[in-house]
This record gives sequence, C-alpha cells and structure tokens, in this order.
Amino acid sequence: MKNKRSLRFLAVLGVFSLVAAACGDGGAEFEEGELGAVTVEAGEAIQIRSLNAISGEVAFLGIPNERAVEMAIADYGQIHGHDVDMGTGLDDLCSAEGGQQAAQTIVSDESIVGVIGTSCSGAATGAMPLIEEAGMVMISASNTSPALTSDLEGTAGENSFEGYYRTAHNDLFQGQAAANFVYNNLELTQVALIHDGDPYTNGLTTAFENAFTELGGTIVLHTAVTVGQTDMVPVLTEVAAAAPELIFMPIFPAEATFIVQQAGDVEGLEDVAWMGADGISVENFMNLPESENMYFSGPDTQFATNTNESTDLSGEQFLADYESEFGEAPSADFWGHAYDATTLLLEAIEEVAVVDGDVLHIDRLALREAMTAVAGYSGLIGEISCDEFGDCGSSVISIFQHNNLADHQASKANILYTYPES
Amino acid sequence: MSTDLAPEVAKPRRFKFNWVDSFLWFVRVAALIAITIGVVGSFQNFAAGEGPSATAWRDLIISSITTGSMYGLIALGYSMVYGVLGFINFAHGEVFMSGTMVGLISATMPFNNGFWDSSPFISIVVVLLVAMITSTLVAIVIERVAYRPLRGAPRLIPLITSIGVSFFVQYAFAGLFGVATRNYPPSPPGLAADLSIFGITLPISGTRALVIAVAVVSMIGLWYFVTKTKTGSAMRAVAEDKEIAGLMGIDVDKTIVTTFAVGGAMAGVAGLMWALLFRGVDFLTGFLPGIKAFTAAVLGGIGNLPGAMLGGVLLGLFEGVGPLLVLGGLGIPGVSQLKDAVAFAALVLVLIFRPTGLLGERLGSEDRV
Repeated sequence: MKNKRSLRFLAVLGVFSLVAAACGDGGAEFEEGELGAVTVEAGEAIQIRSLNAISGEVAFLGIPNERAVEMAIADYGQIHGHDVDMGTGLDDLCSAEGGQQAAQTIVSDESIVGVIGTSCSGAATGAMPLIEEAGMVMISASNTSPALTSDLEGTAGENSFEGYYRTAHNDLFQGQAAANFVYNNLELTQVALIHDGDPYTNGLTTAFENAFTELGGTIVLHTAVTVGQTDMVPVLTEVAAAAPELIFMPIFPAEATFIVQQAGDVEGLEDVAWMGADGISVENFMNLPESENMYFSGPDTQFATNTNESTDLSGEQFLADYESEFGEAPSADFWGHAYDATTLLLEAIEEVAVVDGDVLHIDRLALREAMTAVAGYSGLIGEISCDEFGDCGSSVISIFQHNNLADHQASKANILYTYPES
Repeated sequence: MSTDLAPEVAKPRRFKFNWVDSFLWFVRVAALIAITIGVVGSFQNFAAGEGPSATAWRDLIISSITTGSMYGLIALGYSMVYGVLGFINFAHGEVFMSGTMVGLISATMPFNNGFWDSSPFISIVVVLLVAMITSTLVAIVIERVAYRPLRGAPRLIPLITSIGVSFFVQYAFAGLFGVATRNYPPSPPGLAADLSIFGITLPISGTRALVIAVAVVSMIGLWYFVTKTKTGSAMRAVAEDKEIAGLMGIDVDKTIVTTFAVGGAMAGVAGLMWALLFRGVDFLTGFLPGIKAFTAAVLGGIGNLPGAMLGGVLLGLFEGVGPLLVLGGLGIPGVSQLKDAVAFAALVLVLIFRPTGLLGERLGSEDRV
C-alpha cells in the first residue's frame, strides 16, 4: 500500500517535470500580476477586438472606426513575431444594453487582451463594468461623455472605470469651445439646449450650460427629445416660447432631421441660429437643405500633415488608403482617433509583452500601467498623452458653419473658431 | 352556494372601508386637482404674456390633431382584429411601416423627374395606392401564414406569434431596404403653404389639412362599409359569435381575411400621412406609432371603431398639448420631454375613470362571459 502510493507520486512528478520541460524554462521567469496575464502560444495571434456601433442609426459613426482599426492592425504588422487578430467586428448598438451584451462575449474569451471601442458613450457605461472586472483595457475613439473619465479638475466621473482610455476629446472641452464661440464670436446670450437623454448628448448640453452661464449667458431652456421621437412640434413650441437666439442640439441625425424639418411649422423660430455637434455633422444630415448655415462643433479634423509615429502614416495618406479600400470618405470624424487608439494599444502590448521563446506573456496590469503612462505620443490626431482617468485625446475642437450644401468638405474647412485658442 | 331554488336575499349594503378603493379615489381626486391647477396656471401665464403665444397654441393643437388622426387610423386595425379574433395583433405597426417603406419607392422617382412638384395630386394618390396595396397584402399574408394555423388555439398563442411576426417583418425590411433612415421628398410647394379656400387663408398648412381630410374620409368610408354593406354585416356577425355566424352561412375565414385587409388598408392610409408629416422612414418606424395606436384603441374602448378614432385624436392631443398645458402650468421646466409619460398617464387616468375606455369596449359573446 505504502509502496504503491509513493510510486504514484513518482509518476505524477515525472509527468509534471515532462510538462514543465515542454513548456520551456521561461515559465518561472514570468510572474503574472494581480489581474492575470494572457499567454499567446507559438504561432497564435494576439487577440484584440473592435466594439463599435456598426448597425442602426449610428452606424455612420461606428463603421469608419472599425475600418480604421483594421487598417491600423494591418499597417502595424506583427508584434514579436505574432499576428494581431481583430476577429469579427462586434456591435455596441449605441446603447448600454448593446455594450453590455457585446462585453459579455468579449470577457468570456480570456485570450482577448484589449478592445477598441465603444462608439457611443452610452454603450461604454454598459460594457466597462465587465471589461474592468476581466482586467482588460478598452480604448474608445469616439466616447466623449465627461462622466466616463473626469471633470478635468481631478474628480473622477460617475462612470469612470479602471482600464478605460479614450483618444476622443472630453466633452467639457467641446462644451467650453461651443460656449466661447456662441458668447464671444456670435455675441448671442440666450440659448436653448436640446439633448436626447444619452450620456453623450446630455453630458455635452450640461457642459455647454455650465460654460455658458460662467461666461454670463443665459440658458432659457434645457429640454430633451426621446430617441425615436418623430413629432417635434410640441418640443419646438416650448423652445419657441422661451425665445432663444440660438438652439444648441448635440443629438443624433434621426431626431435632428425631424427637428429641422418641422421647425418651419412653428412660429417664432424663423430667426433663430442653429448649432449641432459631431453627432450630426455627417453626410445624411448635412444633405438636408434645412441644415444650411447651421454651426457645427466637433473634433478638429485637419490631420493631413500629422503622422502616426508607429506606422509613419500621415492623415492625408490615411484618407487616400481609406478611399481606395472602401470607395468612400469616412462617414464620421473619429477615424484618426480610432487609428491612433489601435496603434497605442499595439504599442503598449509590444512594450509589456514578455518574450519567452515563441511564446508571449502579456500581463494585464502592466498593460494598463503602460497605457496610463503614454506621454507625448505623436498620432494622427496630434500629440497624445493619457491622464490617470483615461483621457488621452489631443482635444482640439473646431467649429465650422455649413455654407456649402454640395460640398461638405468645403463646409468643414470653413472653420470659424478653434479651441484652445492659440 | 346559492341556487335558483333558494335565491339569496339581498342584504342591505353597509359602508365597508376598502384600501384599494379609497386609494383609487385619492388618485382620481389628486389627478383632477393637479390638472386643474396646471391648466389654470397655464391660462394665467398666457394672460401674463408668458409661454407660447396664441398662434403657437393654435398650431400646436392643429399638429396634435393631425398626429392623432394618424394614430386613430392605425388604431382601427388593432380594434377590428381584436373585435373579430379577440387578440392584439402586435404586428400591425409593421403593416403600417411596410406601406410607408414601399410607398417611398413610388415617391422618389416622380420627385427626381420633377413630376412630384408639377402634379402633386396624382403623385400623392399614387403613393397612397402603393402604400395601401402593400399594407393590405402584408396584412393578408400575415393572417394566412401566421394566424390562421393557430385558429382555435388559446388566445395567448397568436398574441406571442404576433410579436414574433413583428420582428420578422422589421428585419425583413431591414434586409431589403437597409437600416438607414430614408426621407420622403418634401411636400410639394402648393401643399406646404397655408391652405386658402375662396381667397380666405386658413391657419393650417395644406399638408395637415389633407391629412385630417383623408382621415375623416377614411373613417366615414369604413363606417359605411361596416354598417351598410353585406361584408360589413358579416364582419360584425363574426365578431359577435364565430360559430353561430358560420352556421348562418357566413364564410368565417373569408370574413377574417377581409378584416385584416381593411385594417391593413387603413394602416396604408396612415403610412401616407406619416410620409407627409414626418418624411423620415426606417425599418423601426412602425414600432412607436404601433404602441401609440394600441394605446389609442384601448383609450377609446377596444373593439369599438369610432372609439379607436376618438382615442387616436385624444391621445395626439394629450401628448402634444398636455405637457405644456398641464405640466407647464405647474411651473415644471423642459416639459416636452415628458410627452410619452403624459400620454400614458392620461391612458391610466381615463381607465381609472372609465375602465372600458371612453366609448366602451365591444366584445364578442365569448369575451362577455
């Protein structure tokens, strides 16, 4: 009996040492951090994912983001001899539920290192609790809600998470830029705000309200529409009764279309100036005759001469590549942000990966630390430095007036104001 | 247990305290008080020159009535199917959407070659016909494929099926037309301007006047069809009692198909109204109007056709005028975002006062038990 047991022990020990030998002797060198690590076996690809709004109303925003991720992976090439695989693009549906569902799929696969997404701030609030828990990182190209990071004065937002980063600007910048422009350049003081309840739209109208009141202006009405609403006459009647000089509505194209089309039916809105944000400075909306002369705020997209330091690609070259590959210009303004988000992630992976023969070990905690430590990285969107809350964007905001229905690029170049003022 | 042989003697009713009843009374009184204060407040604001101007109120009421008459036309379909088959056909919103989506094809071409502006009347009639035919066909196919095999099954089963059908139709259209919002061309200039009759300019745009007129004409036509024609009588007989109607020589299946077809045609008319009022359509367009129209049908009394129309118009008014009139008067800012909340609160209130809807439900013999 005793002999048998020791024999079995010896056999187990023997098998164990064989396995250990097969795994290589580096196993002892790499010690994983408290969030665990991903081991990429020889010949396998490093797994990252794209999580963007690629269907429905907001697909115009997510599709160029996803394509930019694909292009960045292709341009970057291998990391320590391993390919990078994006898998199939996941859909955040531009909603908290959509973000959460997709995140469920992502965290169930432990080989995934990081995620480029989401397109919509609302989706990020749904996805991040799971991503944070799983120890992964997520870098967004177009989330702008201040709640996801910080108030820029050192207080974390109500939906801020570890492992969350973004190359998009914080909307506190955009709110300030829009407020400065309206108050100083247009010299208007009575403004009505319309949001749709989404963290992006609500965050931006609130940022505008704070900045504008600070400057001395008056918010005559802060109201909302619901997503999917079509009859805008009641809300416009309420707006007209408040007698604003300008209406700022940083919402999405579907509802914005109904608003501008029905504004003609409502008395008292004839002389009002209209202003939108990056959610509606898109092809579909800008094609409407009613959108002519509207002001739009958004990320500055004059990236032509900027270069991404990881791939040596310029903004101009990116647009040419995009056009030749997909046969159209990007339908939203965050392609540069998505490209840079991807190269940042790949750069960070390359930095923290421990090479062990043909095997790669990527420590999750080290990856987060490497992301937070990013400073002075030169990307398509300009110089990128991350703060402790995950804001990495270059945060240059420009405001243009849509004065050319036929040529949107010409309108977008008609920039009246850039923030920060240089 | 009381039997006919020993009838129960009616006891004198005594006052008995009941928590639920007293709570309901409290809600009724509180709601009335809140509404009164709100409305009075709005009138005071108006007298003081604050809030919307007189013309703004008038335009708001007109636009609410037009939206409401569209809800009413869709609600007819819910009510008719409920009257005949006793279940809520949740796919009816999609029947409406299919009409608007396909109608768009017939509007884009005449717009591109200038015919839309030069002969607005013919163009709109073409769109109307296309929308009506599409919606009618979709309604008939849904009935044949999804509901007829379930005839006689417990009523919950077609109800759940209708939700499935609704998703199927939505995503079939997403596949056929894509997911992007497409826009109808703007109303022809003659219609977009204020309506003028014999040189008198009325404060209503031609489009809205047309929408209300089409709704009234459709309602009268439907009323005539249901009460005066043979097919209409057959429909009412089937609604009353399918078995007896069958024994009287009425082809029950055929009558049910007719009911779906007529409901579908009305949804097609509503599709044209949507095109004229809102222009933007996508594969989810049917969802919200469907829910609103169902609400309208319940508000007016389900199974009751004039009730559906009245419920639609009232729901349009509640959600359009209600927030500003009642909540605005109470001094709440940014009230129009509570539009849907007001509409559904109004439904709850109406049902608390009149549990069978405004004009009362019309139920078949099986449902009255």
